[in-house]
This record gives sequence, structure tokens and C-alpha cells, in this order.
Amino acid sequence: MNLAEEILTIGIAACGTMLTRFLPFILIPSNKPIPAFIQQLGKFLPPAILGMLVIYCYKDLPANLNLNALFEITAGIITALVHFWKKNMFLSIGIGTCSYILLLNFF
Amino acid sequence: MDNAKTAAFKFALKKTMPIMTGFLFIGITYGVYMHQEGFNFLYPTLMAFIIFAGSLEFVVASLLIHTFHPLSVFLLALIINSRHLFYSVSMLEKYNIDGWKKYYMIFGMCDESFSVNYTTEVPEEVDHGWFMFYVTCLNHFYWVFSSMLGGLFGSLIHFNLNGLSFVMTALFIVLFVDQLIRENNHVSSLCGVLVSSILLVILGKEFFLPLSMLLITLIFYIKENRKVKAHESS
Repeated sequence: MNLAEEILTIGIAACGTMLTRFLPFILIPSNKPIPAFIQQLGKFLPPAILGMLVIYCYKDLPANLNLNALFEITAGIITALVHFWKKNMFLSIGIGTCSYILLLNFF
Repeated sequence: MDNAKTAAFKFALKKTMPIMTGFLFIGITYGVYMHQEGFNFLYPTLMAFIIFAGSLEFVVASLLIHTFHPLSVFLLALIINSRHLFYSVSMLEKYNIDGWKKYYMIFGMCDESFSVNYTTEVPEEVDHGWFMFYVTCLNHFYWVFSSMLGGLFGSLIHFNLNGLSFVMTALFIVLFVDQLIRENNHVSSLCGVLVSSILLVILGKEFFLPLSMLLITLIFYIKENRKVKAHESS
């Protein structure tokens, strides 16, 4: 690729990304009422998205079922349990991440 | 600066600390990767600034060393980032604030900005609009800065702290658990986890997200239809 093609490639990638973020706001401008179905959908979606994002973090797992996969799952469960128990974001993330680092480096 | 605005910045800083840690690690990795591919540090820095979508940037970095295919770049951007459509639909009301801040917040709505801005319950003394704006700004800054570091010092940096990137996974797990605790009805949460994990196993990591979104929307549509019908017949 030459410089012009590189700039175009980066520009197109940026435009594609912007399209996915702006499209709903363009289709439903703020001065008009949000259609009932979309409004309900917007209320239904977020918990599903948060669940989807957790799975997204584990997207490389099915293709690489090795010891590291086991560590990632174990550390994930530890994070969740600590959070159910203490409900302290920093504590849960800290303990979860430390347990992953320990598992990874000492086993 | 008035108090509500200062409080918003401090609160945003606190809420984005885990993201700072995660981005520092992933951003440096991304910068080092581009450095190793032979790119000047300006590439990862500017790409981080303009595109601001981590997973896509890794893909674009690998595309830049091949022949020019504008259409496939565009389609890849749409497929990889299709989940952002869901974020925007969910944020139509929350991001509907006056002025230029709104446009920047939509521009900067990466996974982390969306998750924090959607889930955080903002205290009364904190200005909500400015909080969401600062969260976006700080995330953007962490990402650009760490990508630049990786690009600049790519050959000097060696990671010893293997596994720090787990911070991001831990963050999303924590936000999801918070959601489970807060909600009375787990249909949507479970739907998200089940649909996406089944499709990940069947379809693989490239295409499972857009199809999960379609399926989740379809499930919602059927559920709403049933509700309407039940209402009509009663």
C-alpha cells in the first residue's frame, strides 16, 4: 500500500465504526419521539449486551482449549464470586486479576 | 469550574481506573505490534485517536501490510463493530443531552465507555452529562496515550507482568454481576449469555456477535408480540 491507500484504509475503518455508533441517533433524531418498539428494545438490550461482552472476552477460548483457558475461566469465576460477596468493584477486579496472574505464572 | 463539574471529573477518574490499567496493557501491546510490523509511532497513535475501536485497529494494522481492498475494510469495520448499534439504541435517551458533548460521546462509545456510562449510578452532587463526557474523554486518552507509548518504545518494552490484560475481562464480569444483582428479571441477561456463547461455539469468533444481536432482537420481538396478544385476548 502507498501512503494514500493507507490513509484511505484508516479513514474507511473510522467511517465504518462511526456508522455503527451514529446510525440509531441519525435514524431517530432527538427532536422526535422514540418509537415504542425501539424504546422497549433499548430497555431490554443492556443486560443482554453486558452478558454478551463477557462472552466476547472469552471469544478465543473454543479454538484454544488449553491450560490457559482453564485459568481464564477459574479467574473469571473467582472475580464473579468475590463481587457477589463483597460488591466492591476494585476488590473484585484486583483479586480476579491477581489470581489470573498467579495461575499463569506459577503453574 | 463549578463543583458539579469537578465532582464529575473525579468520579469519572475513579470509575475508569480499571479501564486505565487494561488499556495501558492492551494499548501498549497494540503499539508494539504495529512497531514490529514496521510502522512509525504516528500510525498506532493516530489510528487510536481516529478509529478508537481496539479490536478493529488490530485488524486494520494487519490489513495495512497487504493490498488495498477498500470494500472489505468497510465490511470488516461494520461486522466487527456491529455491537455498537446496540449500544446506541440503548443510549438514545441517556445521551440525549444538549450541545456538542453528545456528538463526542457517540463518537467515543467503545465497549468500556458504553458499559460504564450505562451501569453507573451517578450521585446527586455529580453532573450526569459531564460525568459521561469525562468517562469517554478519559478512555479515549488512555487508549491513545498507551498506543503511542507502545509505538514509541516498542523495541524497549518487555512485559514481565503477564496476564494483566485480564483486568478488562474482570471489569466486564463485575459490571455483569452488578446488573444481575440490580435486576428483578434475568431474562435479558441470560438471553445475552446463552445466545452469544452457543453461537460462538457454532459459528466461531468472527461472526457470532452480529448474529447473536439478530437473534436477541428476534427473541425480544416474539416476546413483545406474545405480550400484546395476551393483552388483546384478555
